[in-house]
Amino acid sequence: MNLIYEPWPWYIAGPMIALILFLLLMVGKNFGMSSNLRTLCTLCGAGKTTDFFKFDWKSQKWNLIVVLGAIIGGYIGAHFLSNTTAVVLNPETISDLKTFGFESAGTAYLPTEMFATTALGSLKNLVLLVLGGLFVGFGARYAGGCTSGHAISGLSNLQLPSLIAVIGFFIGGLSMIHLIFPILF
Amino acid sequence: MRTLIYLLIGILFGITMFKSEAASWFRIYEMFKFESFHMYGIIGSALVLGILVTQSIKRFDIKSFYGEKIVFTPKAKSFSRYLIGGIIFGLGWALAGACPGPMFTLVGAGYVPILVVIAAAIVGTFAYGIVKDKIPH
Repeated sequence: MNLIYEPWPWYIAGPMIALILFLLLMVGKNFGMSSNLRTLCTLCGAGKTTDFFKFDWKSQKWNLIVVLGAIIGGYIGAHFLSNTTAVVLNPETISDLKTFGFESAGTAYLPTEMFATTALGSLKNLVLLVLGGLFVGFGARYAGGCTSGHAISGLSNLQLPSLIAVIGFFIGGLSMIHLIFPILF
Repeated sequence: MRTLIYLLIGILFGITMFKSEAASWFRIYEMFKFESFHMYGIIGSALVLGILVTQSIKRFDIKSFYGEKIVFTPKAKSFSRYLIGGIIFGLGWALAGACPGPMFTLVGAGYVPILVVIAAAIVGTFAYGIVKDKIPH
């Protein structure tokens, strides 16, 4: 029982994700989280500006409920199922991050330098959070899906477009960490 | 009833994202540094089982819980939109340390600044809708 309170190893988490994919397919739906961002645009009235957002959001209500569940799941995971939330990282990763000024590496779940509420007071940090979000939102819709829609659903269905997208995810991610981070931090 | 099922699936997903640390910015960084097998193990094992699930459903024509046919929509053929869109997504994924599922999990876990990321992601999606017809697909 104690194992639940420890961080879950990959061989539990991976099969759980496959189970979620299976359950969604078996209720006649698809696993894809970024389409919710489009639905939220429509809910905010974006349908008035361009056809891309003109659709019946109620057809996507089920996915918004999954999102609500993901929020509740995060609350349960953080508040009831964890003794400690510090992420045990590779010591090399930790020393690396410390040279970038992330002193919280190895002692927290998210870098406090970016995600503590007080970090909102830093203009630089605010800009980085906004840029990160903009790229994720724009890129996911441009690519027609994100990690769940392409890397899990699409690749499971052996879709070549999803493979191209996932290669893109890695080109982008590797460039950010290896080329842009040394400039930013 | 169906609403409750979607909610429960979402809760399971949220707990899994949080507890596996897939929602941790640090884990995403470590993944792109190739300094841990953790994230590759998660995505890899989910994918192997996902292929088994998906291909079994297609091959044996397994019906949904409600007896309906399970439909898979093939992704539209293209190269540029997937590669360019993917690269832009990857840049954001590494910087924000969260993709569109875990973002919401982190709201529940109580991290206020993630709301800025989510709001920006919605604006980014909106921006795509505006320029969609002017960029290569």
